[in-house]
Amino acid sequence: MTLEAPRTSATQFDTDELVINMGPQHPSTHGVLRVVLKLDGERVIDADCVIGYIHRGIEKLSENRDWTQIILLTDRMDYVAAATNNLGYCQTVEKLMQIEVPRRARYIRTVLAELQRIASHCLWLGTHAMDIGAMTVLLYAFREREFVLDLFEEFCGARLTYNAMRIGGLPLDIPPGWDRKVLSFCDLMEGKLNDYETLLTNNRIWLKRTRGVGVIGGDEAIGLGLCGPPLRGSGVPRDVRKDEPYAAYDELEFNVPLGTRGDTYDRYLIRMDEFRESIRLIRQAVEGIPEGPIMGKVPRLIKPPAGETYHAIESPKGELGYFIVSDGKSTNPYRFRVRPPSFCNLQGLKRLVTGHLVADVVALIGTIDIVLGEVDR
Amino acid sequence: MADETRSQAGKDGADRQPAAGVAGSAAPAAKREAGKKSAAPAKAPAAAAKPRPKPKPKAPPEPPKAPEDQAPPDGMEIPAMVAALQNGVSGAVLKVSFWVGDWTVIVAPDRLLDVMRFLRDDAATAFDYCSDVTAADWPPREKRFDVVYCLYSTRLRQRIRVKVRVGEEDPVESVTGLWPAADWLEREVFDQFGVNIVNHPNLRRILMPEQWQGHPQRKDYPLEGPGELLMENPQDWLRVRNLPDEAGPGPAADGEIE
Repeated sequence: MTLEAPRTSATQFDTDELVINMGPQHPSTHGVLRVVLKLDGERVIDADCVIGYIHRGIEKLSENRDWTQIILLTDRMDYVAAATNNLGYCQTVEKLMQIEVPRRARYIRTVLAELQRIASHCLWLGTHAMDIGAMTVLLYAFREREFVLDLFEEFCGARLTYNAMRIGGLPLDIPPGWDRKVLSFCDLMEGKLNDYETLLTNNRIWLKRTRGVGVIGGDEAIGLGLCGPPLRGSGVPRDVRKDEPYAAYDELEFNVPLGTRGDTYDRYLIRMDEFRESIRLIRQAVEGIPEGPIMGKVPRLIKPPAGETYHAIESPKGELGYFIVSDGKSTNPYRFRVRPPSFCNLQGLKRLVTGHLVADVVALIGTIDIVLGEVDR
Repeated sequence: MADETRSQAGKDGADRQPAAGVAGSAAPAAKREAGKKSAAPAKAPAAAAKPRPKPKPKAPPEPPKAPEDQAPPDGMEIPAMVAALQNGVSGAVLKVSFWVGDWTVIVAPDRLLDVMRFLRDDAATAFDYCSDVTAADWPPREKRFDVVYCLYSTRLRQRIRVKVRVGEEDPVESVTGLWPAADWLEREVFDQFGVNIVNHPNLRRILMPEQWQGHPQRKDYPLEGPGELLMENPQDWLRVRNLPDEAGPGPAADGEIE
């Protein structure tokens, strides 16, 4: 059959650039993110992120709450990794007050932070794969995430917003038998990771959709302020746990997986390796939890001396920093600032999507792993 | 448009400054130990209780002061990065401060770009990663804003904070030319504080809607939000807010939560 194709010159088509809105109600923008895309045919030539749809003024609120109440607010930022938010905040105040945290508390905090990393990466893996079209992985990953939530529920009673830490230590000791459960979860998770990898790592469709998509070099990634897996995917050995150790990380052994090509596939591989490193860390930490108190010496009224500090931790998304200023007189921080990793990574989206097809935009939003609760605060 | 409204709001803010200090808007409610510090609503209940003597009998609570920039303790060695900066850009570093393990340099605002370029490019500093740009607001002070840059070096694994003190109209050079990472961070500082950042390629609001009036992270901005009047007509809102109290609770008191 001969098809009379319209072999006209391009001038006869309407070749205007087209501006489309992706979101804020798009299912693969992971929340209320709006991306204004400027298209030339199927290709993205410019992108502009519009954020702030769920801006709740957590920084302003925190400046009017006392030091302990803020822990609860930090839960609401990165709500898929609430425990690491708590950890970062508590450590910043401890640094400001120069409180020594008991070793037992530091080990349990490490276990919680790494469990949280697994839960967060499970959610990332499931949604990222589903954006690209692999529905099965979502169901598998959420099944395993449920186990982590159960462990957290047993530890502190909550499944999403944990409020799991206190300034100076932990509110609760681990329940009896909990450490055994964590270890058996590690064994289970290790097997499940192989399942995920069977589904994706050598899958031809997966490779086609992720290899060479959103390539970014190391120096450019540093300049753009990317952090966490997107930065390490470009081969930059930057991990706050290694570089500026906190909690018990300086006493534990782990590797920092690095990428070579800096594309979406590398970032995927890195996170898969981080699962394994987290399991390794949890095993060491659970085995090594020492006896002792879980709270350090904390004054009854928390009122840090006048001063300011910035402290960062490695959340599942990247460098989560807190900049806190105390005026030394009131029972609330004078200035409370969060350096949200998702916010800084989302900034790089424009650079990543430019030149790619519209269909790759969902893959690239997935690969930087954002949580809008944290972007907007 | 944004610029115009910003400077307008700024002027009004400056006019109101002394009054705000008295009403306890800018100051923490040190006198109200029990309640939480919520700036604007403090006015209505306090004045309803007694017949409002204009100069308050008690001295107004002192506005909080910015913490001293603690000098490093005697005998402590100044790290190589700070020494290099002091030699490399002479006269720009006003003060070196050390507190709970963090080094901070306070820099003259007009030398900011020189300092930043040196910090990024010199081999002894090599701060290639801009972690964070933020600000703090200390209202009664003439140079009310501390603009704070948190830098990190991925090669030398060291951190430094750079701080400039600026007033409401003083220009702060954008550092987006050195670190593209500062783009959104500076937009947020502009959005939330109204710091006058100049030479930024794309200075728009980022977290608040484009047409928003005022800058929420300022200390004289009410915690409970502006209410509808501020959104529609900021001039009226300011007038109502500064009216004597028999005019009824202004819109600022509407959203009282506590």
